[in-house]
Amino acid sequence: MKLASQTWFRALTIALLLYTVLAGMLFDVPRLPILNESIRALYFHVPMWFGMVIILLLSVIHSIRYLSGFDIKNDVLATQYANVGILYGVLGLLTGMLWANYTWGTPWHGDPKQTTAAIAVLIYLAYSVLRGSIEDGDRKARIAAVYNIFAFAAMIPLLFILPRLTSSMHPGSGGNPGFNAYDLDSKMRMVFYPSVIAFTALGIWIASLYTRLQFARNSFEENNQQ
Amino acid sequence: MFFQELWQLLKKDLKVELRRKTSISGVLLYLVSSIFVLYFTFTGAANSIGAATWSALFWILMLFGAMNAMATSFYETGERNQYYYCVASPTTIILAKAVYNILLMLLLAAIGYAFYILLMGNKVESSAVFVLAVFLASAGFSTFLTLVSAISAKSSRSPFLIAVLGFPTIIPMIMLVIKISKNAIAGLALENSMKEVLVLVAINIISLTLSYLLFPYLWRS
Repeated sequence: MKLASQTWFRALTIALLLYTVLAGMLFDVPRLPILNESIRALYFHVPMWFGMVIILLLSVIHSIRYLSGFDIKNDVLATQYANVGILYGVLGLLTGMLWANYTWGTPWHGDPKQTTAAIAVLIYLAYSVLRGSIEDGDRKARIAAVYNIFAFAAMIPLLFILPRLTSSMHPGSGGNPGFNAYDLDSKMRMVFYPSVIAFTALGIWIASLYTRLQFARNSFEENNQQ
Repeated sequence: MFFQELWQLLKKDLKVELRRKTSISGVLLYLVSSIFVLYFTFTGAANSIGAATWSALFWILMLFGAMNAMATSFYETGERNQYYYCVASPTTIILAKAVYNILLMLLLAAIGYAFYILLMGNKVESSAVFVLAVFLASAGFSTFLTLVSAISAKSSRSPFLIAVLGFPTIIPMIMLVIKISKNAIAGLALENSMKEVLVLVAINIISLTLSYLLFPYLWRS
């Protein structure tokens, strides 16, 4: 959280995001059949999933830290990271559907990665339902932390193991060429990796802003009660 | 000491169940009446449903049966339970509940499967693989839902929450089980579903470990 309030962190995030948008739209990309110019969606669709997994990992780390010290700060951070993770998951689904509409023919193709990703988002939506249904603050934090760890463990096979057991139209599974086959000229990496960093950093920034807002609300309520 | 405690708690759960007969008879009633509904719907035409529908209906029955059976695991928090839980450690409590729920679910699954075959016919070519899938799924559903019901019991809207938390998280398991039963229905040998079986076993072990690690935190609240 301290990281996201540093000026250099924010400047770097904005610079990388600007670079991603500009370079992603303007740089030369390999000409491939069917994909054509839509290959540029790679810069915006795949970083959503990378960002989601990294941010949910941060969320689960904060939940574990909450359970080991019962510091309410970790609970607030875990919640906000989970919310950003849900946002990235939904955006990843939407960008994927847009891309699939032009390359696979339909927005919802029943591709295993698509369905499992949708279920992963559902698992985390259940996390917010759980938080909403417990009144008591300390108990809510503790139970939510337990479910968050459980949810992360349930999500890992869903995203990383199950899609590999069946054939998929995504690159890298079911005999399809891997991700590397698309960017043989490695030019795309020059945009892709900065894009992953940029979107992950943006997520951390959003979560830290919401955390500060939550703290401000908490202290405001405390002051009003006195 | 640990096993003695586990055995005592298990015996207590069994005795309470045998005296009250609520969850076993309740879930059995649910299973049997659902199977009858299916039987009357498809009556006179035993072959009117395909193998895919047959397996889908069976797994829906199993899933909801498990939900019903596990939903009340931590519901009864009478004073007597408070006493039991004061003398036993939380890790033994969750393991005893998990073992008890596995046994309960295996019994329910066995009766449900037998009755389902009796009324709906058997569409499975390699029954051994399918029985293995039923066995692993029962064990998996019960360990998974034991933790979920422990989580949801701590909230004010517990019966509603077990469905909300349970269904999305159990889907990975269902996907594996459906894959195995598809292979079993097609008559493929166990070697063809070995990968799925191993992942299913791994998920079972992970959920049991997580229950063991996380339940003490739930219990303290």
